[in-house]
Amino acid sequence: MGEALHEITLTVNGVLREAKVPGRRLLSDCLRRELGLTGTHVGCEHGVCGCCTVLLDGAPVRSCLTFAVSVDGHEITTVEGLSGPDGSLSPVQRAFSECHALQCGFCTPGFLCSATALLRDNPSPTDDEVVEGISGNLGRCTGYQNIVKAVHRAAELMGDEA
Amino acid sequence: MTTKLFGERVQRREDLRLITGQGRYVDDLGNGALAAAFVRSPHAHARIRDIDVSAALDVDGLVAIYTWEDLPERVRDPLPLLIPHPALTHGRTAYPLAREIVRHVGEPVVMVVARDRYLAEDAAALIEVDYEFLKPVVGIEEAAQGAHLVHQDVPGNAGAHLVQEVPSPQGLGAGEAIDAAPHVLSFRLDFERSASMPLEGRGVYARWDADDRSLRVFSSTQTSTSVRMAIASKLGLPLPSVEVIAPDVGGGFGVKIVHPWPEEVLVPWAAMLLGQEVKWIEDRREHFISSAHERGQVQHVRVGFDDQGHVLGLDVTILHDHGAYTPYGIIVPIITATQLLGPYRIGAYRVEFTSIYTNTVQVTPYRGAGRPQGVFCMERTMDRIAAHLGLDRTEVRAANFIQPDQFPYDQGLIFQDGRPLIYDSGDYPESLRMIKELIGWDGFAALKAEAEARGRRLGIGIGCYVEGTGVGPYEGGHVQVTSDGRVHVSTGLTSQGQGHETVFAQIAATELGVPLDKVSVVTGDTRRFGYAVGTFASRAAVMSGNAIALACRKVRDKALRIAADALEADPRDLEIEDGVVHVVGNPGASIPLGTVAVLSNPLRYAFDEETKRATQFSGVASMDRPPVDEGEEPGLEGRDYFSPVRSTFASGMHAAIVETDPDTAEIRILRYAVVHDCGRLINPMIVEGQIHGGVAQGVGGALYERMVYDGHGQLLNASFMDFLMPYATEVPYIETAHLETPSPLNPLGIKGAGEAGVIPVSAVIASAIEDAEGITIDRMPISPSDLHELRALAAS
Amino acid sequence: MKPSAFDYHAPRSLGETLEILAGAGPHGKVLAGGQSLIPLLNMRLAAPSHLVDINRVAALDTVSVEEGGVRVGALARHAAVERSSSVARAQPLLRAALKLVAHPVIRNRGTVVGSLVHADPSAELPAVLTVLDGSVRLARHAGPVREVPAAAFFTGPLESAVEPGELAVSAFFPSLPPRTGSAFCEVARRHGDYAMAGAAAVVSLDEDLRIASARVACVSVGPVPVLLDVSEVCAHRPAASVDWAAVARDVRDRIDPEGDIHATAAYRRHLTGVLAERALRIAAQEAADERAEETSHG
Repeated sequence: MGEALHEITLTVNGVLREAKVPGRRLLSDCLRRELGLTGTHVGCEHGVCGCCTVLLDGAPVRSCLTFAVSVDGHEITTVEGLSGPDGSLSPVQRAFSECHALQCGFCTPGFLCSATALLRDNPSPTDDEVVEGISGNLGRCTGYQNIVKAVHRAAELMGDEA
Repeated sequence: MTTKLFGERVQRREDLRLITGQGRYVDDLGNGALAAAFVRSPHAHARIRDIDVSAALDVDGLVAIYTWEDLPERVRDPLPLLIPHPALTHGRTAYPLAREIVRHVGEPVVMVVARDRYLAEDAAALIEVDYEFLKPVVGIEEAAQGAHLVHQDVPGNAGAHLVQEVPSPQGLGAGEAIDAAPHVLSFRLDFERSASMPLEGRGVYARWDADDRSLRVFSSTQTSTSVRMAIASKLGLPLPSVEVIAPDVGGGFGVKIVHPWPEEVLVPWAAMLLGQEVKWIEDRREHFISSAHERGQVQHVRVGFDDQGHVLGLDVTILHDHGAYTPYGIIVPIITATQLLGPYRIGAYRVEFTSIYTNTVQVTPYRGAGRPQGVFCMERTMDRIAAHLGLDRTEVRAANFIQPDQFPYDQGLIFQDGRPLIYDSGDYPESLRMIKELIGWDGFAALKAEAEARGRRLGIGIGCYVEGTGVGPYEGGHVQVTSDGRVHVSTGLTSQGQGHETVFAQIAATELGVPLDKVSVVTGDTRRFGYAVGTFASRAAVMSGNAIALACRKVRDKALRIAADALEADPRDLEIEDGVVHVVGNPGASIPLGTVAVLSNPLRYAFDEETKRATQFSGVASMDRPPVDEGEEPGLEGRDYFSPVRSTFASGMHAAIVETDPDTAEIRILRYAVVHDCGRLINPMIVEGQIHGGVAQGVGGALYERMVYDGHGQLLNASFMDFLMPYATEVPYIETAHLETPSPLNPLGIKGAGEAGVIPVSAVIASAIEDAEGITIDRMPISPSDLHELRALAAS
Repeated sequence: MKPSAFDYHAPRSLGETLEILAGAGPHGKVLAGGQSLIPLLNMRLAAPSHLVDINRVAALDTVSVEEGGVRVGALARHAAVERSSSVARAQPLLRAALKLVAHPVIRNRGTVVGSLVHADPSAELPAVLTVLDGSVRLARHAGPVREVPAAAFFTGPLESAVEPGELAVSAFFPSLPPRTGSAFCEVARRHGDYAMAGAAAVVSLDEDLRIASARVACVSVGPVPVLLDVSEVCAHRPAASVDWAAVARDVRDRIDPEGDIHATAAYRRHLTGVLAERALRIAAQEAADERAEETSHG
């Protein structure tokens, strides 16, 4: 009487991964449990806090509002995939540390994913655009001020490297 | 102190793992563990008639179902009352699983263990509990009337009643002083509930090793040492067989200082019983209805003052909503009652609180812990006095300040640590000068008039506070230098994002004269340090920071003794720089700290080239003395504790400019400024981060967050959809300035900083809105809808 | 908070989708973006036994500017519609409203048609469809396609005209006639929250720049978006001489909002008047600007 399992294939952080999951397995749980990628956090499971934000085919989405089976065949980037293949930190990651944009770190992976997508689409955002870009992510530690600062700093770092 | 790291904006050492997804929060551990879920009461007050689990038994993957009846002795007992107090005459705590009566929505009734959380929830959904409804008691004042009772044996629902009185210098009681005063005001204030609401909820993961009969528990807690003792006691295990680790913790803000939670007892118990790893991860709805809230109070104020605004007498009566249980005693209302006085030296003071049970989630400290309510009371009072006398609000405050030459200043009250409320140091007039300058207080009237001419409504507000930080009883630190020159620091209290790994390393590196990258810090792991109290009350830096400094000094002394021997020098001529001990003025005569560590431990067996130096035929040892001198111990390590005589008192002043929309009643914070004095700063970057976060929570509490209970005791907004924590779009830019008045009470001269940001925000915003609108603001939070209703009332 | 078990279906064509939905009847639920549905599933407030995932039905992932308006397929995400400049030209109100729908991350996944079918009276898109007199196209297996006008589509809070076995395949947002402007104004507790009150307005001017028709659809003041025609109160005047306070009063008189934990009924009524007035004035200005542009180009 077990549930039907679906075989799915996801490209996660550039690596082809296979999993067998029931239809109701949330992508957040699949990443954390089946694939062992615990960097994606679960903060509310109703799509408000944004801790579980990952990039789906490059666009930030809530992994707690996505069934794993529904994105079979798609590409996912999690916080673990933001660094370079050699482990070098991305500009967004470096800027977050430099600007003290994290404290407990629980919301941080979601912010990193949102900010990465934001800067890819808009390499030199205004203050308002930064705030809008991270407006779907809740944090309880930082008051956001240093997160906004970090996104601008990341834009600067990316500009320097380009 | 040769290596200047104390006081520097050092980047955090925690960050690397946290920005790469390599943090280890409790749910990141034990992937294969069984999952627990709970059937929780859907009713605020009911008697359990029957629990029928039969429908759940067929659920695939089900492992176990437990009700209170299934629990063994000790495990089944009520949870401990952590902080007893003589005034808490009717303290009550919950059973880990409800026994007969449930007293709030969310109280755990049945525990389910299954192969994974999905299946555990499937089974929980099929368990039927038959309830007989009892009358729910909701609302502080309704509860205080005592028509219906939360606990049948607690008349009037009054758990505690406490009065503290300080007569005036002339010996008048508050009542007399007020009656004799030229001006008297009396009014009522309301403060609503909010909650810590860390983004990671609670969580417990237990591994029982049946072979060596040991238990390892990971809990998202603010006090692993105390959880450990509670678990050992509840489960009847020898203390050394239990280890508790707080791994990375996704925020605490007070709620995780409460312990042991039912789940912290039940999950390890089930793991032992089942012989399998068990994990419970709280979901968001559970966190709303089953953890803890804070802040709800009704205050009645009478104040007497003279023409200059000097407070001659103040009488405050507080009804404090304690929710259904009092596991954390009456710490919150005690703090409100005592910290209410803030930076002021007033005539006579009388404060009385009654702590009331209601059929709602229990109330325990949330960042600020009773202070936001107390500061709201005092600062609203100051604004009322100013309005009554037609004086500038800052003048009235200045008239009442304790002056810099009056420290130590005894407020004549007993504080939350059971010790006298004596302020150690501060400079309130200077703080006021700084905040007025930062916000542009004196130029605001022109700004306001100019805006008004363009149809805009602006207001400015101010709030002052004093915060007792670094409460005892103690914390400890252990510092060990190993033969590779690395420094391993541990302390028992836990971390939830405060950057302890960084600031404690800064302290150790400064004290020992070693590079920062040689220092590693472990917190909250009872395998490393067993004695601790916990992380709360802005105490970690003061308590563990000083303990670690003291432990480092022991290590340093010992290192210099050993190095002096080896270098044939006087220890007083030695200095440690960059991890090398050398003779002052003679850099050639030196010995690395790692080598000192080798020499500190006389060996029989070498395990590498370096350690050969300490073996018995190496020829370094004196033949006249035993290899380990009398009074010495092998190894270059030290342990020390810091236990202050009483708390140290940080302070601060905030000011804000708000704009209210004349049509929509929307409230926008245009500017927010903070002057903060937490003594000497260890790491300004981290202190500012703490302030930002605190202010953001304060803004949440002032304008967005409430816990909305209906008359049936249902929490109507138990989700992030409706409990409105601010996003980046709601939090203003925060301008910060520091004042450093060192504390004389500890070697590092520091005061706590963790809670400061949140404390005066509601008072400040209320003050500013009142200024913008000309309408008295006497309850917080305030929403656009509330403001609209106030305007309508004022217009009618 | 984990969803109950369900049978998962992943059809690849519209025909297949309709067949499965026909078989599932009242026990079936369509999954498109899932941004409203999955929270309900996670909280177990909904527990369908069949979930029909249309994310692989490429034929539904369409946004097209047609004669007289914009047609949005069932799988078109908010973000795609928001970004489309041809859509913005053909129906600017759609982009204006989409910017107010939740947060960008939600809009990356959520769908326009899904928002309509969810039929939340506090949501922006139902008000837009209503004020524009748009429609939703419903299909079922072996049955006729229905084109349901907005006025009949929203039947109650979280209730729409979609019947068991039916799929909302697209929605149609008519373009604005000439000399017509539109606007959406709302006030939410936090940026991105459902609005406490809001108004979608469409105003048309005649040749002499007098207001020929003025309509608002109000959110969060009834079980469905409340459409109000305020042309009469505008009294065929140019925008500058309309008695806007009377318009706001008229709006307040004609709605009957309820209070909730975020706003009292009285505040909601007041706020709706303010926002309706604001939206109407912006729409009228836009219509006038458009007219000016027409003249200068013509």
